[in-house]
Amino acid sequence: MTYLSKSPWLLHYNASSCNGCDIEILACLTPMYDVERFGILNTGNPKHADIFVVTGSINEENKDVLVNLYEQIPDPKVVVAIGICASSGGVFRECYNVLGGIDKLIPVDVYVPGCAARPESIIDGIVKSLGILEEKRNAMVSGVPGESEMNNGVREAGTE
Amino acid sequence: MSNGILEGFWLDLVFFLILFPFIAAIVLLLIKADNVRSAVVGVSALLIAAVSVWLLVAYATSGTVFFPVSPEPLGELMFLIGMGIAVFILYMGFRYKNYIAIALTLIQSAMLVYFEFGISHGAAPENNFFVDQFSIIMALIIGIIGSLICVYAVSYMKDFHHHHPELKDRRRTFFFIMFVFLAAMFGLVFANNLGWLFFFWEVTTLSSFLLIGYTGTDEAIKNSFLALNMNLLGGLAFAGALIWLALTGGGMELDKLIATGGIIALVPAVLISFAGITKAAQFPFSSWLVGAMIAPTPVSALLHSSTMVKAGVYVMVRFAPVLQGTTPGYMIALVGGFTFLLASAIAISQSNAKKVLAYSTIANLGLIVACAGIGTYEAIWAAILLIIFHAVSKSLLFLCVGTVEHQVGSRDIEDMNGLITRMPKVAVMMLIGMAGMFLAPFGMLISKWAAIRAFIDAPFGVIFVIILAFGSALTVFFWAKWMGRLISVPPPVENAERRVSRTEWLVLSFLAGLVVLATVLFPLISSYLVEPWLFAIYGQVTRLAQENVAIMLIMLFLLMVLPVSMLHYRKNQRQLKPYMGGMTTTSRMHFTGAIGIDREVTLGNYYLENYFGEHKLSKIGVPLCIILLAIMFAGVAVAGLVH
Amino acid sequence: MYNTPSDHVCRGRRCGVGALMSIIYALLFLLLAPVAGGLIAGIDRRITARMQGRVGPPILQPFYDVGKLFEKEKVVVTNSQNFYVLCYLVFIALSGAMFFGGGDLLLVIFAFTLAHVFLVLGAYASNSPYSHVGAERELIQLMACEPIIILAAVGMYMVTKSFYVADIAATKIPLIVFIPGLFAGFVYILTMKLRKSPFDLSTSHHAHQELVKGVTTEFSGSTLGSIEIAHWYEAIFLLGFVYLFFSWSPVIAVIAIIIIYVFEILIDNTFARVKWPLALKSSWLVTAVLGILNLAVLYIIGGFLK
Repeated sequence: MTYLSKSPWLLHYNASSCNGCDIEILACLTPMYDVERFGILNTGNPKHADIFVVTGSINEENKDVLVNLYEQIPDPKVVVAIGICASSGGVFRECYNVLGGIDKLIPVDVYVPGCAARPESIIDGIVKSLGILEEKRNAMVSGVPGESEMNNGVREAGTE
Repeated sequence: MSNGILEGFWLDLVFFLILFPFIAAIVLLLIKADNVRSAVVGVSALLIAAVSVWLLVAYATSGTVFFPVSPEPLGELMFLIGMGIAVFILYMGFRYKNYIAIALTLIQSAMLVYFEFGISHGAAPENNFFVDQFSIIMALIIGIIGSLICVYAVSYMKDFHHHHPELKDRRRTFFFIMFVFLAAMFGLVFANNLGWLFFFWEVTTLSSFLLIGYTGTDEAIKNSFLALNMNLLGGLAFAGALIWLALTGGGMELDKLIATGGIIALVPAVLISFAGITKAAQFPFSSWLVGAMIAPTPVSALLHSSTMVKAGVYVMVRFAPVLQGTTPGYMIALVGGFTFLLASAIAISQSNAKKVLAYSTIANLGLIVACAGIGTYEAIWAAILLIIFHAVSKSLLFLCVGTVEHQVGSRDIEDMNGLITRMPKVAVMMLIGMAGMFLAPFGMLISKWAAIRAFIDAPFGVIFVIILAFGSALTVFFWAKWMGRLISVPPPVENAERRVSRTEWLVLSFLAGLVVLATVLFPLISSYLVEPWLFAIYGQVTRLAQENVAIMLIMLFLLMVLPVSMLHYRKNQRQLKPYMGGMTTTSRMHFTGAIGIDREVTLGNYYLENYFGEHKLSKIGVPLCIILLAIMFAGVAVAGLVH
Repeated sequence: MYNTPSDHVCRGRRCGVGALMSIIYALLFLLLAPVAGGLIAGIDRRITARMQGRVGPPILQPFYDVGKLFEKEKVVVTNSQNFYVLCYLVFIALSGAMFFGGGDLLLVIFAFTLAHVFLVLGAYASNSPYSHVGAERELIQLMACEPIIILAAVGMYMVTKSFYVADIAATKIPLIVFIPGLFAGFVYILTMKLRKSPFDLSTSHHAHQELVKGVTTEFSGSTLGSIEIAHWYEAIFLLGFVYLFFSWSPVIAVIAIIIIYVFEILIDNTFARVKWPLALKSSWLVTAVLGILNLAVLYIIGGFLK
């Protein structure tokens, strides 16, 4: 059991979300759901984060930012796409400015669909990601190269 | 009275130290060729430094040694030269239409003529020169640090005129005055005859005047007269002290006067301390030192931080036993204390590196003045330590700033951003100098610590402890933010260190080593030099407890050893860009802003002008200290008239 | 050789066996303080959560946090920043060890200043906007805190006639009765030192953000873990300082520490962060008024008692 799964700090980034999913994420921090019970903290700093929680789809404005933030998170890290827009573009998928879900740019580990995703699903998704985080940590310890060293960890927009 | 080691004053090291720099000065006045000048300066500097150390070895355990030198003909010679200086200043005053200088010189000359011809022929002071541990310490500072600065100046002035071809190359005069100044300083610290001390004092005033105005620009001339006038004002007070001594039969000899004590000693003590206050640029006389920063850097390093201004506090420390416990003493101490507080605050708002150093100097001198005014044995111990450590660190800082200015082209702290990558060795030495000014376990911090302990035990000392608590918090701020500018690692730039000359490297490294060495050796300095001297005067000594010395040495050791860990951290760790909200940054700190405009990030220090601005705080400091000085004079005048 | 004023006389535990005890206490501090500090941090978060109507993390959470940080990849913005943080940790530990070893209180305070300057330098080194402003604010905080801490030490000296922590801790004089003003001033800046609202200007703990993470923005992984451990050491030192005010009765002292710490948590949860000019000015005002008054009274009493 690594410490990572007991103290996951997340970085919450809103790519182009309507804020619906964001409100639900913040609701998780409130006394009603209280994810701090699991040691989860919402840190605004990628360098301190383990879980990259993204809402909203990518467009020209935020694609660089998304990749930039992803690269700044030290290994081991997981990406959780919250809401259907982050997963695949959602209802805005066909718009001319939307490039798609975030998995067009960065490797996603957990998808939490919904519009807006409910806090229970979000918490469920994050807890799932903890398991993946542990696997990555163990892989890191045993010498498998981390995300950041493979393909620079990112993919070109446009690949499927 | 015991004679000098080498049988008689005229063969003694002390006389050599006073005379030799003067001879070197004359030689330098005549030399035109650069390399010959470098050689002469180098050899002279080496000799002076070596003899200063020899002096230490010869006299360290001798206690106080007096030299019975006949007052004639030296006394008359000094009077004549003094009058010559007065005439020269009158000429300069007329030439530049500075009437204050003319007025002050005329008054002072009148006083001196009255003194010399009217009243001084009763006393026949015998022991006109002396050596004691305090003189040795001052001689070491003048001899070692002063010589190093002169060596540095050779290379610096060459660069200086290269950068400023429009200025007249008067280097012969420059070095002449620098070495005359050294001679005068030696004379000052070895003089037991107050009249002779005054002569050397005025020579230093003259040197400062000429060196500040070296470049000949309007601003330089203006500032040189400002310095001259304030120092002349102090000189008037000094002359007044001499007249008092002649009229009351107190005698010219410093040691006898201090032993006499009482009102006879207090009046001259106060008057000469006033002269010291002007020379040490305390409020309300601080503006001359700040203005003197216009002079070339070696001048600032030598005169205006490590040596001449120390002459001001030197006489005050000498008179400390007389000032102890008196009201004027406390007034002087308060002037020093408030100067420390206000000057430290003003330093926060300055971005010109030399002005920061100037205000820091004024502040630390204020602390020494406060210790001298309090005058207990603990305070004087702290004062001497402050003198030593400040001289070493501050001269290093000034010389580093000079080097940086020549290579980078600016004196502004904001332009020193990332100096650790552009000029790594100079930056490290600057960091050592700065650490020496405010960080444990280095010297200045030890001295401040000693000052706190001294103030607590002194009557009414609590006021000064409070001032020191606030003041030292202020100093942390401006030194640490300057350090921050130096060590930040910006995008890679060209290394600007290659063109620094070898002599400058030599001097800077030596001084940096001296900062560390002084800290390591200070227990020895204290036991062998300072404590015996204190014991001779006060019958009591104080020192730092052994455990504390041990802890400080451990800290120093750690500071030397921990940087080795940098080698470990060089291993390839993945390097990230700084966080800027996710906006892509290139390595040159550019990012794409709104509407796609390329923008660059610039970072600057806080200067907090609203709170710590120069004008704002001077408006408090000047009136406050004028009031304090007025109280001091009133008190002493009443007592003196009653006598 | 000369008459030195009692520095070399056996003071409290200053000689022979005393030195050994000092070293033992110092070592105990070095080993146990992180544990105690972490537990206190965990309890802090629990109480905070309860005050906010939540459940809160387990008490051992801070240890999990630090453990996790050491499991992360080693990344830097610039190589030198790790050196500065290492120095920060070493000197915080050393200063705390000196304190608990019974050393000179003024030297302890100055050693802590040295440590904090290293943290500030580490923040400056990365040349990043957020950590730069965080560093400036950290220096302002240092400037705000230092006077009252020095004056508190001076006040303790005036009552117990010694700067040695060993002596102050062993005194039978109820210090709090003599220096209540200095104590109040110290508690005022304790909020700043513990990085709690309203004075968590340069960096803050838990999930608060200020300038992203201010001073600690560009640190991650093991470096950040080191800073956290240093913060625990410092917290233990600060509580130890509070203890000194009540040292004549250890029981009351411990109760006082608990009350003060819970009080700090309450303040943290009640007040919003203030701007730095207010933080600086109010600290200095409190220091000036309470400090000067207290010391003046002490001085006068001391004069009467002589």
